[in-house]
Amino acid sequence: MTRTVVITGLGAVTPLGVGAEPLFERWAAGECGIAEGLGRCADFDPVALLDRKLARRSDRFTQLALVAAAEALEQAGWGGGAPVAPERAGCVIGTGIGGIGTIESQLDVLRERGAGAVSPLGIPLLMANAASGAVAMRHGLKGQCYGTVSACAAGAHAIGAGLRMVQHGDADACVVGGAESALTPLAAAAFASMAATSPTGVSRPFDARRDGFVMGEGAGALVLEEESAARRRGATALATVAGYGATADAHHLTAPEPSGDGAARAMRVALADAGREPADVDYVNAHGTSTPLNDRAETEAIKTVLGDRARGVPVSSTKSAIGHLLGAAGAVEAVATAIALRRRSAPPTVGWSERDEGLDLDYVPDVARALERDGGPAVALSNSFGFGGHNAVLCLEAA
Amino acid sequence: MPTATREDVSQRLVEALVDFGADPGEISDDATFEALDVDSLDLVELAQIVEDVYGVELSTADMKRMSTVGDAVDVVVERSG
Repeated sequence: MTRTVVITGLGAVTPLGVGAEPLFERWAAGECGIAEGLGRCADFDPVALLDRKLARRSDRFTQLALVAAAEALEQAGWGGGAPVAPERAGCVIGTGIGGIGTIESQLDVLRERGAGAVSPLGIPLLMANAASGAVAMRHGLKGQCYGTVSACAAGAHAIGAGLRMVQHGDADACVVGGAESALTPLAAAAFASMAATSPTGVSRPFDARRDGFVMGEGAGALVLEEESAARRRGATALATVAGYGATADAHHLTAPEPSGDGAARAMRVALADAGREPADVDYVNAHGTSTPLNDRAETEAIKTVLGDRARGVPVSSTKSAIGHLLGAAGAVEAVATAIALRRRSAPPTVGWSERDEGLDLDYVPDVARALERDGGPAVALSNSFGFGGHNAVLCLEAA
Repeated sequence: MPTATREDVSQRLVEALVDFGADPGEISDDATFEALDVDSLDLVELAQIVEDVYGVELSTADMKRMSTVGDAVDVVVERSG
């Protein structure tokens, strides 16, 4: 018998602002944080939000993670100190690429000024596990701590790893999330070179006119706690992480398996892990990247899993409002999904208007949709898929 | 390259320490790097700055002699002479 795990705190920094509330409120209102073809966190001022030393010793992806984690822990009521022993608190934070901004700037230093001028902070800033280490250090989390690296599924894998850690008693709480800041010349050029990004700079998931993803940056963080202990200390359970499923396509380096088989298996595993049936699903927070291939394969996967009900379940993509946050996407989208369940409202796929042949689900056009349910907590799936064929799906339930 | 007077070196090092995040109010000749929360990574950066500005390459032995801000100023002035 595994233990039940609830979310007690949520945090986010996204192109819609600093905070989980601005993310959900503005997305639900149909707003889009993408400007000039990029999802930049324009309101994010690391030196104002962190102290100077911490900001200077962190790549931007780590800075974003630190601010999102602090918000989540504050909401969880950890502001006055952790409610669990430090050794019983873990930290898992995913990223797709890590500190690529540091890699690029230090490579310039190496080429222009030689090896002796390369910063001693180069490695600690660029390493992909820096965000998890920095968050653990700042908040004294002394249990298991590491990063997950699985491209655009990294944030969801981090949440799944933290879920298992608490379910199985390896920890009583775990701070989980994802962070990414890859709006750099090399990353932009490399994604454009493989024709993954949108040449028009518009994120239009599931729409017939979609032509690639829009790069975004940000971080999402969640505090996971064992349910009974959380309730005893009077914490508010914001949602339950009921299930997790992760699979691999083993098909192609970047293209999804066209039938969506790997994605469908991950969705089924997540539902079974939660003890739920496809008929229980009230909302799907899609991976929905706005690439021609993903949105078609994901639609196929949803139809495979939900069967006859598929067209009646609202499916929307957070990426329509903030772009693709790569390794942060799964965490930010889980944050948004948890709030959607709490508010019983599915935000829209912003800008969706032209139906593509075969993409015939309810993508929640124009305005947010009330989530109807007769009895029992509302159930949602949050999908994340990454280059490399990684699929990670979370099943969340309203608490 | 500027002359490494004690006053000039002191000013450059204080600027660097503030940039590293040390509290300006705590910085004095007698302040230890440990008390200022300036660690070995910061000291490597400090050495890089000294090399850039004064052309002085600090050795590991030099670095070991530096436990306070005043020590570091003395070492840089001495080595640049």
